[in-house]
Amino acid sequence: MNLQMATRHALFAVLELASRPDEQLSALDIADRYDISANHLAKVLRVLGRAGIVEAVRGVGGGYRFVGKAKRLSLMDIVSLFEPIGSPDHSTAPGARTPQGQALRLVMTEIEDTARSTLSSITVETMLKLAGRMDAP
Amino acid sequence: MTDGHLTDLLIEEALISDLDEVQRLDALVTAHPKPDHWRLLIEGSRTSPESRFFLVARRGDRLLGLIAGEIRVWEFGSPPCGWIYTVAVDPDARETAVGTRLFQAICARFRRQGASTVRTMVGRNEHLVLSFFRSQGMMAGPFVELEMEIRP
Ligand SMILES: CC(C)(COP(=O)(O)OP(=O)(O)OC[C@H]1O[C@@H](n2cnc3c(N)ncnc32)[C@H](O)[C@@H]1OP(=O)(O)O)[C@@H](O)C(=O)NCCC(=O)NCCS
Repeated sequence: MNLQMATRHALFAVLELASRPDEQLSALDIADRYDISANHLAKVLRVLGRAGIVEAVRGVGGGYRFVGKAKRLSLMDIVSLFEPIGSPDHSTAPGARTPQGQALRLVMTEIEDTARSTLSSITVETMLKLAGRMDAP
Repeated sequence: MTDGHLTDLLIEEALISDLDEVQRLDALVTAHPKPDHWRLLIEGSRTSPESRFFLVARRGDRLLGLIAGEIRVWEFGSPPCGWIYTVAVDPDARETAVGTRLFQAICARFRRQGASTVRTMVGRNEHLVLSFFRSQGMMAGPFVELEMEIRP
């Protein structure tokens, strides 16, 4: 399963900001660290700002800081701002009503339920601990 | 939370005399009273202390939490592995690391008996319990749970 680019950028931005809760970072700081486009990231940060997960700090040295609750914010909370996990309704897709279409739906639902459960039960804090156990490049 | 908050918390093997408190706790967490189930689990942990574990967390005479599990050997071809089949903390004592202390204590016992893996099974939609186990570092393992109805 692949996440869309905006979702990956959002997850990186949240993890970076949440790992340094006392600092404010610009889109450029974060973009450099993950080798991603600062322009694209700036748009993503605005969405995260509207959701109350990060806050823009104005003025000299301004940037963004994390204002969410790392122990409670799940990856699903972030992902769902950018893309749905699993499409809710396939019933109108071609072939959906055939037995094969229904069987396929059952299999896809199993996969999507697992993805949702995984993303919903991993908090930002748990993710930071996980990242802490990985090797630096 | 300070260390002082935890100093009077005792984690130890359950006694048969804990049964009433265990049932009180179970009633706070699930809607299905199951006295025989709990009695058998506690008795099993007393008669087979190297493979079956039932630990409780107490402060004074109040039981604040429980965790139960066992070591299973070569199940589905898997080397000795600790299985946790239940964990529960009194709602009034949650989010003060009682669950973490119970988890660490049962893992220490599993390790002492030669298990190098700990395993559990949690409902896909039980996000609280899943978040708890994940916060301890647990991830999906190499097995997939499969089931079907076998009604006549
Ligand atoms: C899951 C449970 C055992 C956790 O016990 P606890 O003593 O509150 O857990 P801890 O305080 O040690 O918390 C450890 C971690 O779990 C996670 N966690 C605990 N409560 C949480 C909550 N309400 N929301 C999200 N994550 C939570 C956090 O990551 C927490 O780490 P933190 O303290 O750094 O935030 C407890 O909530 C419980 O008994 N729930 C019902 C269990 C149940 O239904 N059992 C029957 C079937 S097994």
